[in-house]
Amino acid sequence: MSQQTIKQLADLLVGGKTSSVELCQDYLARIATHNPNLNAFISVDAERTLAEARAADAARAAGQAGPLTGVPIAHKDIFCAEGWLTTCGSKMLYNFVSPYDAHVISRFKAAGMPTLGKTNMDEFAMGSSNETSYYGPVKNPWDSARVPGGSSGGSAACVAAGLAPAATGTDTGGSIRQPAALCGITGLKPTYGVVSRYGMIAFASSLDQAGPMAQSAEDCALLLNVMAGFDGRDSTSLEREKEDYGRDLAKPLNGLRIGLPKEFFGAGLSGDTAQAVQAAIDEFRKLGATTVEVSLPNSGLSVAAYYVIAPAEASSNLSRFDGVRYGYRTPDYADLTDLYEKSRAEGFGAEVKRRIMIGTYVLSHGYYDAYYIQAQKLRRLIANDFAEAYKACDVILGPTAPTTAFKLGEKADDPVQMYLSDIYTIAVNLAGLPGMSLPCGFDGQGLPIGLQLIGDYFSEARMLNVAHQYQLATDWHQRTPGGF
Amino acid sequence: MITYKPLSYKVYIPMSLTLADVQRIAHLARIRVSEGEAEQTRNQLNGIFDLIAEMQAVDTAGIAPMAHARDVFQRLRADEVTETDRRAAYQAVAPQTEAGLYLVPQVIE
Repeated sequence: MSQQTIKQLADLLVGGKTSSVELCQDYLARIATHNPNLNAFISVDAERTLAEARAADAARAAGQAGPLTGVPIAHKDIFCAEGWLTTCGSKMLYNFVSPYDAHVISRFKAAGMPTLGKTNMDEFAMGSSNETSYYGPVKNPWDSARVPGGSSGGSAACVAAGLAPAATGTDTGGSIRQPAALCGITGLKPTYGVVSRYGMIAFASSLDQAGPMAQSAEDCALLLNVMAGFDGRDSTSLEREKEDYGRDLAKPLNGLRIGLPKEFFGAGLSGDTAQAVQAAIDEFRKLGATTVEVSLPNSGLSVAAYYVIAPAEASSNLSRFDGVRYGYRTPDYADLTDLYEKSRAEGFGAEVKRRIMIGTYVLSHGYYDAYYIQAQKLRRLIANDFAEAYKACDVILGPTAPTTAFKLGEKADDPVQMYLSDIYTIAVNLAGLPGMSLPCGFDGQGLPIGLQLIGDYFSEARMLNVAHQYQLATDWHQRTPGGF
Repeated sequence: MITYKPLSYKVYIPMSLTLADVQRIAHLARIRVSEGEAEQTRNQLNGIFDLIAEMQAVDTAGIAPMAHARDVFQRLRADEVTETDRRAAYQAVAPQTEAGLYLVPQVIE
């Protein structure tokens, strides 16, 4: 089966050329064939998927189909989904069958889109290679000796390999965009607050945002239309007018002003990536855009600020995993403190424990101002840089990641090197801006390269327009790895 | 491999955790760290603090801390019951319950 986009599948269903059951059976068969090698899914439940597919077909037969009814999708295992094992990539939740649906899940259910399975991820979304998952690393479909990126590595890999037409992801410091880049797919992190965080297992609440991962910008627009919207159960969900994120897809790019931040093209960027991004810039000029150099002078501080703020929020959020109300409990304990300390020591992996401890320290008495408050001040400086840059441009363009996919194990023992793979994505989360990654070429080894677009607040429709016009002029997003 | 270049004007505040610091943080976080793990944990945490240290010397006088991605306001809602009773469903995933209560080791004598 050649890989088909969400848009194409929806058209086939509307035209009566296939059914949701048929589609789901095809994808489940592909998962059964390829997942033992890729490890992109933590949970697959064919009966449940097919029951949802039958319901979707029935809804269509009854004339109650929406635009995407019957099109299946995979969900990152960070989203609570009723009746599904929901592990968040951790031993801590090895037995957690969610009693409720995340807002994102309920939106996809309401749209009639069956769940193909729950995708593998770095434990509690903490990682950039998918190697911190308790359920084993995901392989990159372009080279199985390499990582898919993270933390939404399973979602990226399953879309790249055609095991699902699209998937959901979440992005706290680059976890949608970096794996999208490393696997050669299109991923969008919306403006903070556009998609509800309800039922999305929390890592760093002021940064976490869910978004679509798919084969094209057009598909991302269709999926964001489903995901976005106000939800009173998330205290930071934004009350905004409903919008059609695909409304501007067809607009020409004449007059578009693209900002090129000089800090994103300096030392540390691999030659192949720099070349591919440069070629994309030339393509955008052909499409009628102009470019202007902009500066994000404080962006170099974003990794440092992030590794204070995100662990601080994580140390608070993950205090809920204590062996009492859900998840793992140590078999042997003497008293309550012993129960907490052992359950958490045995239930969390090494990276999660490191981040909880960093966060605990920076929030502790005597260090709060020097670390946590200082990091929040830097966060404002970083956000101010973007505001200044958007006076001169409509969208910012640069690389998504400094290199293409690295080898499994290459950075696993060096947390700091791992953190630097998100050097171009983290500032976007700190500022709360929308960002996306789309394929723009390959390196000398045939590994995909990602281009990052960063928009001003709520400019998703414009970014998707920019990305779609580029994808009409190029075919990088249609390239697929061999063997699938 | 990316080399991380600190900006030149920085003055680092020396930061190096001792093994006792590691144990104190681990206890605050309620995570048991064995003596065998403590040394490696200390080295890795120190590496991360080296990365973080560069922000210390930036002059941020007069800059308001930014706690959230947008300057959001807490919404208020009507004081009405919105949740239904789903105790049985929520407790079905708990390690140990009895008569609707979560069981933990005895805390008060």
